[in-house]
Amino acid sequence: MSHFSPTAAVSYFFNYFLMKGVLVTIGLTVAAVVGGLILGMGIALLRMSSNPLLAGAARFYIWFFRGTPLLIQLVVIYSGLPQLGIKFSVITCALVGLILNEAAYLAEIVRSGFMAVSAGQREAAWALSLSPWVTFRRVTLPQAFRLMIPPLGNSINSLLKATSLASVISVEELMRRSDMLMQEHFQILEVYAAATAYYLILTSAWDALQRRLEKHFGRSSAAKTRRVAASAPVAQASVEARA
Amino acid sequence: MSEISMTTAEAATVQPQLREVPAVRMEAVYKHYGDFTALNEVDLKVSKGERIVVCGPSGSGKSTLIRCINHIEKHDEGLIYVNGIELDRQRKNIDAVRRDTGMVFQSFNLFPHMTVLENCILAPMTVNGLSEAEARDLAMHFLTKVRIPDQAEKFPGQLSGGQQQRVAIARALCMRPKIMLFDEPTSALDPEMVKEVLETMKKLAEEGMTMVCVTHEMGFAREVADRIVFMNEGKVVEQAAPEEFFKHPKSERARTFLDQIIH
Repeated sequence: MSHFSPTAAVSYFFNYFLMKGVLVTIGLTVAAVVGGLILGMGIALLRMSSNPLLAGAARFYIWFFRGTPLLIQLVVIYSGLPQLGIKFSVITCALVGLILNEAAYLAEIVRSGFMAVSAGQREAAWALSLSPWVTFRRVTLPQAFRLMIPPLGNSINSLLKATSLASVISVEELMRRSDMLMQEHFQILEVYAAATAYYLILTSAWDALQRRLEKHFGRSSAAKTRRVAASAPVAQASVEARA
Repeated sequence: MSEISMTTAEAATVQPQLREVPAVRMEAVYKHYGDFTALNEVDLKVSKGERIVVCGPSGSGKSTLIRCINHIEKHDEGLIYVNGIELDRQRKNIDAVRRDTGMVFQSFNLFPHMTVLENCILAPMTVNGLSEAEARDLAMHFLTKVRIPDQAEKFPGQLSGGQQQRVAIARALCMRPKIMLFDEPTSALDPEMVKEVLETMKKLAEEGMTMVCVTHEMGFAREVADRIVFMNEGKVVEQAAPEEFFKHPKSERARTFLDQIIH
């Protein structure tokens, strides 16, 4: 077999078995984003806490999960934990691994978003005697979220592709099902061309969605917020005094 | 009678205290940032309805002083009372003081993701429990007062600096504060926008609002202030009526300061 068959590639693209794998990939991604965001938000709040113990625990979590490969985390959860009597289904293992890992990245994104909201915003909220909850919900969170969208988009793009690692622990997502088709028919290029096309479609769709989100949440800042002079020189004082 | 020997200046300062609690009372207040002493044994009393201008060179502690009044900056030592409520770190006291005080910042600090109107109604609705209709009426009342009711649906980023600062004043007034604090409200503005903000502040002063303003606008100080508080190196160096302060500054530091800023 020394040629590439476009028709075979197209037929793999419309292969029902492969399509179901695409759905699993999408499902894994969505679940990991939702779970990762919730967990990541919690970890970010701990990390920003003034309690050194809580902040330290959050820092350790982030250090650990960002410092080790997702592949090892998945294998340990799937094959390692049963040694200690902890056993999950394949799909649960994949979700636990992906969520724990994604949360570490998202926590840092959430934290940087909040840190980028200027101190003046919080001071204005205090001066208006807004409650901490209203300050968070109405003042800091919406502004932080807008700043989080670009890095969030990046992270979700990576996550979408990282779900392919779940194939190693035999989750039948897009990558794993491509492998299975390939082993059955030995049309390596044709099968992976179809899989590649699917990954490109998914990442492109996410790109488009992200752009719409950015546009939607950026609407109020469309007009440039005026930069405030860094300092107020004394020389600016009015001239008319002592006339 | 002994009262006869009392000068008019003394009578003016003594009488209000006899009748009512001062708007602000600071006693031996200290604030440190590491090794730096931002406030060094500051005593200050502001009577109700009084208009105070705080001035002094950069780093003299004037912003820190005003920010301690509504506890945005926490003082390290000393006593601060606002309308008789002690800022003793109890949450309910801090909240009560903040409800009584409005603050206008150098950099406006409007919420950029909310319209002008939304900026104005957030606190009245969530803190004072007004309905949206009531809060809107209130907001439009004060936006009219600062002469920008037509900008209510715009976002802060679409307004000029002067307009933004007037919105910030309206937003603070919507909480019906008893004391207004201004922290260099015109320092970040382009020169042609300074006047409209100062005019708004003058109008507020004419209505009898208690005001503490940190500003370099000496024309405003001369025209509006009842008293000038001059600070240097974290201390209140002198306090006097504007006439007195500009004509006969007592301290050497105030003299050099005035020479530098008044051309």
